[in-house]
Amino acid sequence: MQQVFKRPTSLKDVQTHFCPGCHHGTIHRLVAEALDEFGLQKETIGIASIGCSVFLYYYFDIDVIETPHGRAPAVATGVKRARPDRFVFTYQGDGDLAAIGTAEIIHAANRGEHISVIFVNNTTYGMTGGQMAPTTLLGQKTSTSPYGRKPQVEGYPIRMAELLSGLDGVAFSARAAVNSPKNLMDAKKQIRKAFRYQVEGKGFSFVEVLAACPTNWGMNPIEANERVGREMCEFFKLGTFKNTAEL
Amino acid sequence: MAKRLLVRGNEAICRGAIEAGCRFYFGYPITPQNDIPEYMSREMPKLNGVFIQAESEIASVNMVMGAAATGARAMTSSSSPGISLKMEAISYMAGMELPCLIVNISRSGPGLGGIDASQGDYFQAVKGGGHGGYHIIVLAPASIQEMYDLAMLAFDLAEIYRTPVMILGDSVVGQMKEPLVPHPRPHRELPAKDWALRGKGDGEQRFIKSLYLGDGELEAHNWKLDAKYREMKARETRWEDFQTSDADLIVTGFGSAARIAKTAVMMAREEGLKVGLLRPVTLFPFPSAAFAERTARCKKVLDVELNTGQMVEDVRLSVARDAEVYFYGRPSGTGSLPTPEEILGQIKKYY
Repeated sequence: MQQVFKRPTSLKDVQTHFCPGCHHGTIHRLVAEALDEFGLQKETIGIASIGCSVFLYYYFDIDVIETPHGRAPAVATGVKRARPDRFVFTYQGDGDLAAIGTAEIIHAANRGEHISVIFVNNTTYGMTGGQMAPTTLLGQKTSTSPYGRKPQVEGYPIRMAELLSGLDGVAFSARAAVNSPKNLMDAKKQIRKAFRYQVEGKGFSFVEVLAACPTNWGMNPIEANERVGREMCEFFKLGTFKNTAEL
Repeated sequence: MAKRLLVRGNEAICRGAIEAGCRFYFGYPITPQNDIPEYMSREMPKLNGVFIQAESEIASVNMVMGAAATGARAMTSSSSPGISLKMEAISYMAGMELPCLIVNISRSGPGLGGIDASQGDYFQAVKGGGHGGYHIIVLAPASIQEMYDLAMLAFDLAEIYRTPVMILGDSVVGQMKEPLVPHPRPHRELPAKDWALRGKGDGEQRFIKSLYLGDGELEAHNWKLDAKYREMKARETRWEDFQTSDADLIVTGFGSAARIAKTAVMMAREEGLKVGLLRPVTLFPFPSAAFAERTARCKKVLDVELNTGQMVEDVRLSVARDAEVYFYGRPSGTGSLPTPEEILGQIKKYY
């Protein structure tokens, strides 16, 4: 019998700790598929961050370093400068990348480090229990914005893919989602493109992926998935914001 | 005779690090250590090395973490407030067991303080300045030659014990010029870096982390680190001994304070007073045994520091029970550096 679908080699055959309906597992798979397609598993050093993404090394069968909160792009810089022949990607959430690590992502991007960044935006701090994130939507209730995010008090959600695309050091910046088969296939293409940028030595690449966090949103998996398409895609437009090499 | 160079302490550290094979420097400007990044920005490109002036102290030490994780010899340097910012990553690297060099050409504090020589960072350096309970090896040079030699030693110790190593200097030893005799790095047996990230290839996955959530895992990890600290204490204490064998009073201190104290000790000897100097070179591990041995006979110790009393706590824990420990300190600030005559006065007071 011909096998038509299998676990990517870059992923381990283990159960994840992710909640039902969480999109991290799906995004892990897309990243692993892209690593496999470029034959990168054996030459990759993954950079894990703080949050639900911290256990990258339990799920990916690649070399990994776990970094302090927000510092993944700085650690990735050190790894890539020391081993320019290796494939280096960070995998970060919104609290990590867009709040405590804002300086690190902006300057790694602006230096044009030859790394790829997978940015998972689920509008909340998942691991710590659903606090307000820099990407929390206006009106959204979280455990630290219990009355809903108000711009006068908490400011506005931040659009990282657009923000980074304005930097000269950034070669590729895009936003994708995994809430529907079509969006998932597009997300896979964007991740593959981002990786191609690094493989071909074309510079810094960034993919933001919108993701559901049913547990902290207080929704069931179906409702959470629908919210990604209904509310998040409305504010965080999907698309490519920079593609210097027109890949 | 080997060629002698007249260089600043900050340059001597750079030369020592480069001789030790360090090709990765990541830093951020702060006085009084700017000679270090400036020197490295000139020299690293010539050596096919990497120099990055990072966006912050925090980013620079995390770049060190990344380079060190691949097994490369990497360093950063800063001064007190900058070192405070690096403490998060230093704690991580202590937990991750990553070798690297961190240089603190310390300045006065607290807060922004001033740029004068200070030893106010002893506690921070030696007692674990970051969170979680850990130690790193701390080396305290008192001359330009020692800045060079200890920079080389630091990288070897870092790899032998898989730990960050700090050189704790100040603006006296950093900015001062003295002759330096460069020499090749002494040969030392070093362990294989079978932990370094390299892309798994056909081998097993490697990962470097400091998070341990499994039952009993973190306790076991901490006992492992503690065993390493005990091994450092048993094998790596270093000190300078100057005329203590017949001394009736031993002066102690580290770094630049010990340098001034040594002049005072020589002045005392000229006046016929039996005074010696015991200068810790390793602040962690602290040379406790050296103090215990000497105070079995000599019952008076005068500790001189550029602070209000920090290392003196370790001196008191180390001396014989019936030994008296006196303290003379000048907290940092412009015009607060003690003179040899001032210290000689203290020697006579307690002799």
